[in-house]
Amino acid sequence: MDILIQQLFNGLTIGSVYSLVALGLTLVYGILHIPNFAHGALYMLGAYVTLTTMLLWGFHYWLAIAISVLIVGLLGVLMDRLVFHPLRNAPPIHDKIAAIGILLFLEALAQIVWGADYRSMDTPYGQVINVFGVTLTMQRILINVGAISVMILLYLFLKKTFIGSTIIAMAQNREGAHLVGINTNKVAMLTFMISGGLAAIAASLSAPINLVFPGMGHLVILKAFVIIILGGMGSIPGAIIGGYIIGFSESLGATYISGEYSDIIAFVLLVVILSFKPKGLFSREGF
Amino acid sequence: MTSLLGKRITVVGLIVAACVFPFITSNLYMLHILTLAFIWMIAVYGLNLLAGYTGYLSLAQAGFFAIGAYSLGLLTVKAGLSYWLAFVLACVITSAIGFLVGLVALRTREHFFAIYTLCVGYIIYLVIDKWDGLTGGVRGLIGIPAPANIGPISFQNPLSQYYLILFFLLLTIFVMYRIIHSLSGRTFIAIRNSEELAQTIGISTMKAKLLAFVLSTFFAGLSGALYASFIRFLGPDIAYITVIFDLLTYLLVGGIGTLAGPIVGTFLVVTVSQSLQFLQDYRMLIFGPLLTLLIIFYPRGIAGALQDWIAKLSSKKKQTPPKQRKNGKGAYVHSQTSEKKVKEG
Repeated sequence: MDILIQQLFNGLTIGSVYSLVALGLTLVYGILHIPNFAHGALYMLGAYVTLTTMLLWGFHYWLAIAISVLIVGLLGVLMDRLVFHPLRNAPPIHDKIAAIGILLFLEALAQIVWGADYRSMDTPYGQVINVFGVTLTMQRILINVGAISVMILLYLFLKKTFIGSTIIAMAQNREGAHLVGINTNKVAMLTFMISGGLAAIAASLSAPINLVFPGMGHLVILKAFVIIILGGMGSIPGAIIGGYIIGFSESLGATYISGEYSDIIAFVLLVVILSFKPKGLFSREGF
Repeated sequence: MTSLLGKRITVVGLIVAACVFPFITSNLYMLHILTLAFIWMIAVYGLNLLAGYTGYLSLAQAGFFAIGAYSLGLLTVKAGLSYWLAFVLACVITSAIGFLVGLVALRTREHFFAIYTLCVGYIIYLVIDKWDGLTGGVRGLIGIPAPANIGPISFQNPLSQYYLILFFLLLTIFVMYRIIHSLSGRTFIAIRNSEELAQTIGISTMKAKLLAFVLSTFFAGLSGALYASFIRFLGPDIAYITVIFDLLTYLLVGGIGTLAGPIVGTFLVVTVSQSLQFLQDYRMLIFGPLLTLLIIFYPRGIAGALQDWIAKLSSKKKQTPPKQRKNGKGAYVHSQTSEKKVKEG
């Protein structure tokens, strides 16, 4: 029973990270219909920037995260301006390939700047606490609390503010949004900014319990793709629910089925889903 | 007519150059690199048929390459079959798996297809990596035999392997040429340009797409089998995502959806990365942005840009409006520009 609770908590933690990454991906997909393969590289850079600012300038964990969010967000904007904006009328295959090009570049860049070693990130929240016989570390609790509050903030931003609703409007109908006077270019840039920021938060929160290395984004981004297909491409609640589904099935699968193959679970799940529902579990109806 | 003659001369010249190359250089390393490039070219042709001509970006190509390679390796090393029987079986097994995957994968479209195949490729990698008992896992598979003798010809030395692989490459190009200029080839291009339209004029798109998918996996399997017997060692890395990115780079630099593209791109990228050896781990620092810039400014790569340039020159010479080029390569540009006009207008 203890193992079950422990694994459920682990699933919740993994799921929170996955959800944050998938949210960024699904936002960009909703607006621009680009499967942004470079999102994994943004995730990786987010962790590295946090790590560097902490080590180099001795910034506090939270301040480092804030700087990382800003830098990676701006990088996302730059990506939109330099690459995806010029490609907006190209056939869809071009966006995908351009995104792959960015991914390769950023990964090689990280390898040059920070080296290929695996690094660990220190956290001020390393304490271990016991709740009802279950061992929890503060960092893991922080991941859950942090991720959920970011999700709530994002929801409020999208639903309650004017700028947020322009994003939703553009996701629903690009031409329509343009007609009523929304500056679609600005909205696209804003979306990339948020998307990059979400990746940076997810990476910075989860880095202390994982390791930081140039290829750290690979698996996460692949699973994020699984999640947004699971939840319907472009759907925000879908990304959150999908993230937790994958998180739980992985942590439970690792304990009760096979630890070695736990990474494969998400992909098998996706292949099965797409085999029966070629357009994903929930077809997209706006947000 | 003259241009046709010129084309034929170029093709014959290239084949002759490839044949006499080993006699010009005595550098075995160069020969090794070139042979390896030929193997990649075959795989890139497979990818080109699907992504370039049919418009479906399959990211599982590296996985199928690995299936071909591992089939040959396992059949010869563990099952002890004769080489050429294993060789044929490796191609058949890869195509059969390709058929089954394609049957399901092709129900999805565009982004879903790319992501689906990416996941299939990753599953193949993980299975090879984790299934220690069969594939040897991370330790890899060693002791794969070189191609067995055919009659008096032996394939033990690098020179004969070079010619063997060159033979398969030429065969691939010939088959590709025939496919592209056949009715099925036109069908693939029709699907790329508009799947709905193709369906409307009575093309069974599923059948055609499946054919393209199986053919592309067949060539992936073929090049994988050749790779296995050339390198004679296999590790799970050959199924990893970086391999498919490499293949995509070759294809895009050369020109996606052109017949010459895979040769031009693979040859250029492989030779350039040889001279950039010191960058080995960081070569993506150059190729990544190159890939992105190419897709923005020259979406059809070097071969495509050259084609457009020649077409422009000849139309200027004649002082007549440019002829509508009859082959499918022209149709791509045409559909793209008209699509843009519609969107901007």
